[in-house]
Amino acid sequence: MSMKIHTRQVDGVAILDLSGRITLGEGSVQLRNTVRDLSSKGSKHILLNLAEVSYIDSSGLGEMVSAFTTVRNQGGELKLLKLTNNVQGLLQITKLVTIFDIQDDEVAAIRSFKK
Amino acid sequence: MADLSADRFTYTLDSSLESVNKVEHTAEELARKAGLDENAVFQVAMAVREAAVNAVLHGNAYDVQKKITASFENTGTALIIRISDQGDGPYPSTVTDPCAPENLLSGSGRGIFLIRSFMDEVHFKQLHPGTELTLIKHFASAQTGT
Repeated sequence: MSMKIHTRQVDGVAILDLSGRITLGEGSVQLRNTVRDLSSKGSKHILLNLAEVSYIDSSGLGEMVSAFTTVRNQGGELKLLKLTNNVQGLLQITKLVTIFDIQDDEVAAIRSFKK
Repeated sequence: MADLSADRFTYTLDSSLESVNKVEHTAEELARKAGLDENAVFQVAMAVREAAVNAVLHGNAYDVQKKITASFENTGTALIIRISDQGDGPYPSTVTDPCAPENLLSGSGRGIFLIRSFMDEVHFKQLHPGTELTLIKHFASAQTGT
């Protein structure tokens, strides 16, 4: 299953609803292009909703980290929302839980951005 | 299509992402058929995918003239998966620790780490040409669903 991204804006936060697999190739490139596009257009608050992401490989993890640094270097914040068990496990093993702000509730996540 | 009921079978595949997906899917089916629990199935499938990505991307560099070979074996006590490429190799069998604070923000370098995290044994062998990775998951270490 290829990855799909639906972008919506809520209270100044760009929420990316991702579904499918973030893997080497199409999925990683889609994520990279979407985040870079939003960041270049001035989006400072980006929330990746991973509730429907079933799988991320090492390339996808790397792309998420690159997205994080891209947004941060523009003075913004990128956070994660609703991880599946497999994705949560991957972020723990790789210690990426220590760099990402991971949220479980969308409303609380939106409020958590510094505005 | 390989016969998943056989004890051992081998694919020879093009250096493409389609091949990576095929190898991953085969590993997942084999691990499930062996009775591993879903977490162990996920681990085996992911480790094998990462090894196949290394073979296609770092080993053969997507060269259409070069093939990857994937062999799968259920010994009754373990799954043994071998992935080899025909590249100039070797690519690094050990990498800097991606969990070290100074490497956490790196956009790459987690593949080998995940393979080693998810499998019980990982062996690198230099071929002429190419590199072979042997990945072993012992059933004793993976809770079986049967």
